Amino acid sequence: MATTAITAEREHYLNTDYGIRSWLLTTDHKRIALLYLVTITLFFFIGGFFALLIRLELLTPAGDLVQADTYNKLFTMHGQVMIFFFLIPSIPAVLGNFLIPMMVGAKDLAFPRINLLSWYLLVVAGILMLHCIITGGVDSGWTFYTPFSTAFSNTKVIEAGVAIFIAGFSSILTGLNFVVTIHRMRAPGLTWSRLPLFVWAHYATSIIQLLGTPVLAITLLLVVFERAFNLGIFDPTRGGDPLLFQHLFWFYSHPAVYIMILPSMGVVAEIIPCFSRKRIFGYSAVAMSSIAIAVFGFLVWAHHMFVAGISLYSAMIFSILSYLVAVPSAIKVFNWTATMYKGSIHFNTPMLYAMGFIGLFTMGGLTGLFLAALGIDVHVTDTYFVIAHFHYIMVGGAVMGYLGGLHFWWPKISGRMYPEWLGKFAALTVFLGFNLTFFPQFILGYLGMPRRYWQYPAEFQVLNVFSTAGSTILAVGYVLPMIYFLWSMRYGKVADANPWGAAGLEWKTSSPPPTSNFEEVPEVTWEAYNYDEIPAPEEVPVG
Amino acid sequence: MSEHIVSSKIYYTIWIILLVLTIVTAQVAKINLGPFNPILALVIATTKALLVVLFFMHVKYTSEKLTKMVIVSALFWLLLLLFLSLADYTTRGIGHA
Amino acid sequence: MADSPLTIEHEEGLQHQFVDVEQQRNAVSLGMWLFLATEIMFFGGMFCAYLVYRYWYYNEFAAGSRSLDLTWGTLNTAVLICSSLTVALGVRAAQLGKRKLLIVLLVLTLLFGLTFLGIKGIEWYAKYTEHHIPGASFDASDLIKDYPQIPIDPAHEQIYFSLYFAMTGLHALHMIIGVGIFSFILFYAWKGRYTPAYHTPVEISGLYWHFVDIVWIYLFPLLYLIDRRPLR
Repeated sequence: MATTAITAEREHYLNTDYGIRSWLLTTDHKRIALLYLVTITLFFFIGGFFALLIRLELLTPAGDLVQADTYNKLFTMHGQVMIFFFLIPSIPAVLGNFLIPMMVGAKDLAFPRINLLSWYLLVVAGILMLHCIITGGVDSGWTFYTPFSTAFSNTKVIEAGVAIFIAGFSSILTGLNFVVTIHRMRAPGLTWSRLPLFVWAHYATSIIQLLGTPVLAITLLLVVFERAFNLGIFDPTRGGDPLLFQHLFWFYSHPAVYIMILPSMGVVAEIIPCFSRKRIFGYSAVAMSSIAIAVFGFLVWAHHMFVAGISLYSAMIFSILSYLVAVPSAIKVFNWTATMYKGSIHFNTPMLYAMGFIGLFTMGGLTGLFLAALGIDVHVTDTYFVIAHFHYIMVGGAVMGYLGGLHFWWPKISGRMYPEWLGKFAALTVFLGFNLTFFPQFILGYLGMPRRYWQYPAEFQVLNVFSTAGSTILAVGYVLPMIYFLWSMRYGKVADANPWGAAGLEWKTSSPPPTSNFEEVPEVTWEAYNYDEIPAPEEVPVG
Repeated sequence: MSEHIVSSKIYYTIWIILLVLTIVTAQVAKINLGPFNPILALVIATTKALLVVLFFMHVKYTSEKLTKMVIVSALFWLLLLLFLSLADYTTRGIGHA
Repeated sequence: MADSPLTIEHEEGLQHQFVDVEQQRNAVSLGMWLFLATEIMFFGGMFCAYLVYRYWYYNEFAAGSRSLDLTWGTLNTAVLICSSLTVALGVRAAQLGKRKLLIVLLVLTLLFGLTFLGIKGIEWYAKYTEHHIPGASFDASDLIKDYPQIPIDPAHEQIYFSLYFAMTGLHALHMIIGVGIFSFILFYAWKGRYTPAYHTPVEISGLYWHFVDIVWIYLFPLLYLIDRRPLR
């Protein structure tokens, strides 16, 4: 069996070929995953930079750091960059790309060249977005509501719209690749019910990407046409309906939030059984709940429009449906918790992130129910309550899942261990910083502080100061892993094939894997999460 | 994709039917059928689309259930978009909004 | 259990990530169907806008629809149907290894496609001369004049024509892409690349072409046939 051999002697996907061209023209899904990792990390810091400026402005009630127009650009760019250039790609494009072929026992995705094209589309879109930012940015909010975005805004709406349009196709192609790979390229014996839940989660995510993103694309196209040719499709003074834009926009953008959270849930479903040394509780329920989230997620979009002017009857329908969509998520939380019950818990860094995910996602999800109630929504919509709600899910949920996944699979990706004590420290820093940043925002929203305002009444200052303080701690927590991951690539302890004693085909091949993933095509005869058969590693890795 | 080879006679037959339906739909539109005009137009269009899907696109001859599932899902999602949006528009005038 | 042989017999066009040609064909076919599903949703967004405004502004939509040339529209529909026939026969020719027949059918397909685009150009030019193109020079006064019994708001009329151009424009763009794709297919067919064992690109390009035809099958009644009943 493999010992901790010096990786320099063995050929794997990282050392098989050198030079810029071998990376920029690669069709190896693992290299493409790393290309994505670099790209989205860059955008994460750009989006985070805007967040810090926002929090800096909100330290004081007066609008004293930036002008109001500039502030509008800050929250717009923060949202657009974080959503379209970080969150939507993140786990699927990095971890999904890297792992799915291995998890299904294939040599690569179904369409490797389309995979590379996906990355290039994101890069082109990103360059366009950066150009847009540098030359003045957009101030319409990431939601592009009309007629402000089409008729009144003096900023670069068309450029941003085109950038996101292109990024959307990157997302669509990734989803297409995953669905075909999962359907057509599973190893012999790997039935659907033996697939890792990470794969189920990405399958569900891909369905959303395929069916939802095109609607965003056409909507942005219509906005661009309206603005460029002075049409009146969304202009109320000319018979257009601004709500039509919102219906079309949210038809994608609500399921989009499930694109952002489902992969994270898939990561958590891999981490929890491993560090509880137990099979996942309720495999079928968790798998089916992923599909249910993907489907139900398309039925609720107008809950973003309760006060916008839709009819009361449709509001009632969407409210009830919004309650329903919480059920599959709750099923997942129950199953993960039940998995931990009477398990042998190891508090490694990935597990800390996964546990943090469960708690924070639950809080975020439950506050979504508050918002789904029409009566409450009237009071807290467009306040900081909403901002806290979605950041609990996007950051407390999705980003923590992403970080947990990066740590969990880092040995596989790089062949090195990250320093465990630093990992734990960073995880706790993130958790602390996150809660300090966003919990006060629930209270602020409930007390009535509106979102997207660059000034606020003095009575809200204390909570805003807490929030800003938390954001600086959070920033530290995010920078640390970047540093020690890079450090580990040279100085980290060399990892063997399966340092965590985890189940899954990807752990059966070496770390880092060879270019074709497996020496021999595996044949699967065992059920997923067979932790009763896998011994825990003798030594729990410590940094 | 099925390797079943469809006879050219079937293709020509479908082609004629499609052309006939095209002429029919254009002529019928000139007859006053009240609310049935748009309904009939859509029924004819859907019939033509079905013929293209089943015969020209070989869906009738494929053993792949997944293909049919993809088509049905896409149509279902489209109808979701259309009907749930219209649910708002058609109920806006009722009572207080 | 599949071995990974040290020397792989290179089957025609088999890519390395696939186990055999059958898996590749199934994967590529599924990929194209999924792409068509995304296209259904892409066009679907505009169908949604169309439905909403037809519901709100029926009179303007009816008047705008009448101003389109029914003969050209019907003829164009027939042209596309003919092109779908030649595509289907072309795929069949590829399945049977009949290279010359395939080339003829592909050329016919391209001719039909270009004819469609040509007629579309003629129709758009007519809209241009009638000042029905949305924008600064939009003028619906001829419609108001011709149909005095139907109340027509010019702003609402412009919405009809905005959607008309957006929908037919997007469709035409897809036709142009289809013509481009089939030009490549024609080139490779001429080079003899397609055999009964390997002609997947012909099949999946055909699927794309038929889809574009189906979009037009719906656009035709929705845009041209809103109300063609005799005016009293």
